[in-house]
Amino acid sequence: MLEGKIALVTGASRGIGRAVALELARQGANVAVNYAGSEAKANEVVDMIRSLGREAFAVQADVARAEDVERMVKTVLDQFGRLDILVNNAGITRDNLLMRMKEEEWDAVINTNLKGVFLCTKAVTRPMMKQRYGRIINVASVVGVIGNPGQANYVAAKAGVIGLTKTAARELASRNITVNAIAPGFITTDMTEALSAELKEEMLKQIPLARFGEPDDVARVVAFLASDAAGYMTGQTLHVDGGMVMP
Amino acid sequence: MADVLERVTKIIVDRLGVDESQVTLEASFKDDLGADSLDIVELVMELEDEFNMEISDEEAEKIVTVGDAVNYIKSQL
Repeated sequence: MLEGKIALVTGASRGIGRAVALELARQGANVAVNYAGSEAKANEVVDMIRSLGREAFAVQADVARAEDVERMVKTVLDQFGRLDILVNNAGITRDNLLMRMKEEEWDAVINTNLKGVFLCTKAVTRPMMKQRYGRIINVASVVGVIGNPGQANYVAAKAGVIGLTKTAARELASRNITVNAIAPGFITTDMTEALSAELKEEMLKQIPLARFGEPDDVARVVAFLASDAAGYMTGQTLHVDGGMVMP
Repeated sequence: MADVLERVTKIIVDRLGVDESQVTLEASFKDDLGADSLDIVELVMELEDEFNMEISDEEAEKIVTVGDAVNYIKSQL
């Protein structure tokens, strides 16, 4: 499905990003595996992709820093010669009630989860415009659509990502670059592992398909959006949440 | 230096699909040559490649006419 395509996945050392990097490789893509701090885990992902017979390398960058992002995209272009698919997945949480939330907690999440998407998208626009081909997939979240107590920063960032997706889609459509988002629900990762048992029980009741999602459930939808099968879709947000939200 | 205009003209003709006779120094990319803002961004990218130079966003915003582009490129060569 993605034979010969070049992909860059941010935050690909763990969780959804890791599953996405591996799925894109299974579908035939060569993959640049971005990480911010977990070098050893990123290298594991690289090894797994190589064992699938695809090319891969790890590239360190904090997506909230413009100079890191520019260096990362340049490295990918130097190594692979082009860039077809960008998956903006890198994200962090700093949960707190709104009235207790520190300015640093707000800024950290907005910088990585929203500004990071802007910077990465901006950096790949040039090569993708020249190629007259690009697939950008942003990982948003159901909470960006419905809100979530204790996550004002995260929710604001994810809602922002959905708006950014729509605008980028409109700006770049004429150059055959599609921009879509996915809104995962409750997916079993390190990020959701931190939640309390009571909260998890409560969440489960809201999910018609009555199970938490796995990273692969999300990764397969990302691979679809990255493929030519999704060539006539842009600006959309696909919910991958077991039916939790039906917008 | 005359060939700067020639090279710029060729890129404009290729990119915007206009007739060479329309590409005068006074011609505005937007008003006379039918370029939208994304076309102008792409033209600047191609000019950067053609003349092997960086044109900053601030400088690019000042380029309105073909003459602006030619003069800027000449000033950097």
